[in-house]
Amino acid sequence: MVRGEGVEIMDLLYSLLYLLVFPGIVFLFFFSLFVQYLDRKVYARIQRRVGPPFLQPLADIVKLASKEDVVPSNADRLMFTVAPLVGLAAIFAAFMYLPIVSVTGLHSFEGDLIVILYLLTIPTLAMFLGGWYSGNAFGQRGGMRVASLLFSYEIPFFLALLSPALIEGSWQMGTIVTRTTTHPLAILVTLLGFGIALIALQGKLERLPFDIPEAETEIVAGPLVEYSGRRLALFRLARDAEMVVGSGLIVAVFLDGPMPMLITVQPWSWVWGALMFLLKTLFVILLLILMKSAVARIRTDQMISLAYKWLIPLALVQMLIAILVRFMGWL
Amino acid sequence: MAHVKIPIGPQHPALKEPENFTIVLDGERIVDVDIRIGYTHRGIEKLMETRTYTQNLYLVERICGICSYAHVCNFTQNVEEILGISIPKRAEYIRTLFYELERLHSHYLWLGVAGHEIGFDTLFMYTWQDREVVQDLLEMISGNRVNYAMNAIGGVRRDVSDEQKKKVLEGMDYLEKRTQYYKEVALNEQTILARAEGVGILKPEVAKRLAAVGPTARASGINVDIRRDDPYASYQETPFEVITTDTCDVLGRVVVRVLEIFESIKIIRYLMEHLPAGEITMKVPRKIPEGEAINHVEAPRGEDIHYLRSNGTEKPERYKIRTPTLANLPSIAEMLKNSYLADVPIVVAAIDPCMGCMDRVLLLKEGKDHPELIEWERLRAYAMKWYAEKGWK
Repeated sequence: MVRGEGVEIMDLLYSLLYLLVFPGIVFLFFFSLFVQYLDRKVYARIQRRVGPPFLQPLADIVKLASKEDVVPSNADRLMFTVAPLVGLAAIFAAFMYLPIVSVTGLHSFEGDLIVILYLLTIPTLAMFLGGWYSGNAFGQRGGMRVASLLFSYEIPFFLALLSPALIEGSWQMGTIVTRTTTHPLAILVTLLGFGIALIALQGKLERLPFDIPEAETEIVAGPLVEYSGRRLALFRLARDAEMVVGSGLIVAVFLDGPMPMLITVQPWSWVWGALMFLLKTLFVILLLILMKSAVARIRTDQMISLAYKWLIPLALVQMLIAILVRFMGWL
Repeated sequence: MAHVKIPIGPQHPALKEPENFTIVLDGERIVDVDIRIGYTHRGIEKLMETRTYTQNLYLVERICGICSYAHVCNFTQNVEEILGISIPKRAEYIRTLFYELERLHSHYLWLGVAGHEIGFDTLFMYTWQDREVVQDLLEMISGNRVNYAMNAIGGVRRDVSDEQKKKVLEGMDYLEKRTQYYKEVALNEQTILARAEGVGILKPEVAKRLAAVGPTARASGINVDIRRDDPYASYQETPFEVITTDTCDVLGRVVVRVLEIFESIKIIRYLMEHLPAGEITMKVPRKIPEGEAINHVEAPRGEDIHYLRSNGTEKPERYKIRTPTLANLPSIAEMLKNSYLADVPIVVAAIDPCMGCMDRVLLLKEGKDHPELIEWERLRAYAMKWYAEKGWK
């Protein structure tokens, strides 16, 4: 065997391992289930309930997958089936670009931040289409709410995440995750953006106080009302995975992802990187859970005015600060 | 934009009980509301005519699963009025204690339901856990959590011991602390204010015209409370304040109920400290003389009216019940006008509706108002004719 070939096979094996096992599909699957468990358990404990046992999310998936396959007769069979799959696939694809064990994901290039942001909007679209084509009045009403709220969280989310990139002068995740070692003060400058991104992510995930599309007491479960069995399982898994990827993105952009903050440690092994990533992601998720447990659901009009009166102007201020800081060379 | 008609109910997740609200929408704004009841009538009034007074004690208690005591007490007051007896002082105090414990757990329950309707499930879980304190006290004294079976005609069935008195007072200390906390949450949490302030407006003159009762009326600034205006049990000698607000919105209804919890705690403390000694029940005849009586009490949801006509036998001749929800229903239509569709659950919940207790039979007559209806006789004749035309027998 020629030496070069061996290296190529090792590369291929490494890529496959990365893609399929760690930190790829298998890891994301189990981590998403764990995050769902954490979400439910902590929420329950805050509400003084007992909460689910550790394996409950897995048991739910297995149970849903073994249920009868139902497509309502009014529904568009193709769209109804494809919607959850596309949503889930987009999130798993976005996950591959996240820096988890080292400064880059599986693949890294100038502009991968934009690609992740793009991929993360697809689940929302899938949710809208799934609700719209389910042929149910509540599903369509919920789908419309999903679509009409899209701009009120996507714009602030984009603006907030782009400001650290502006300071670093790069759209590449690999450059952004080491930003606090090169510019330690940048962490203070983008604190506002971090808060906005958190609130917008909560809206993106349709969690309280922004769970307007599936407001149980108003429109039952919104877009998901006709979904059951394995399709529902896919949508729920997509929701949990979106929480992981969304939090992971905020961690990568604002909190240096798998890297230690403020200092450089050499050599930084992938085990430490993965641990760092997990810890920081769980921290962000904990903030999301706390936000959810302390508020009531607001109305559509209130959410839109919150976004356009507060979140977007504040995000623009954050961008302005970022631009000033970069071009005046204050860091 | 064209108006859209949306039916809310009889089956809808926002309604715990089946009733129909047909809502006319202009975009997300509500233009008009039509309320139709009659989906959950249970025929209790008719059933009461077939049972003895003692059996009826237990039937009346089952009108409502929350304010069961208001109903059973109203019934016993009616019977005692016809008998012309006044029950022992100690029994009166114990009845008042139960009235107020019931108001406590009813208001706690409502606060949780209101939280749930606007998606604030943490508040829901908190209040329902604290409500258990009241339920435990009720169980300790009466042996039951919901239908206490505490009343007998001529008194009450169980006494309150000194040890129980102490436990009730301890429970009140705990609840007072918790209620203080809920008051702060309800008045300061921004998302609650966003959903409750200025929502479901009911102006005082409209509330008066539509005969709103209880906390719904008091939140519109109408100073009415049967406990003070026409005292029964031992309310004459019990000091308490009638709570009103003038905000006329859902937030006002929250505030009135939360502040009423404090008043109930005050009343219960007074009762426990001044509980007179003596008998708790007296002997009464099984047959009730001929006569008529009408009584009203302040149930947690508002004025509850009971009417009894007896004919000298051991069963009532006619019994009539008007629960507070029926009095408050017309106000809902007024409150919903100009609200958003998303406000329907909380506005409906704000009167603390109890549809099953309130419901009436709806008789529809065939005619041009209801072209879809066909009366039994005509349907039968139509069927005979149809079969005859086919040549079938």
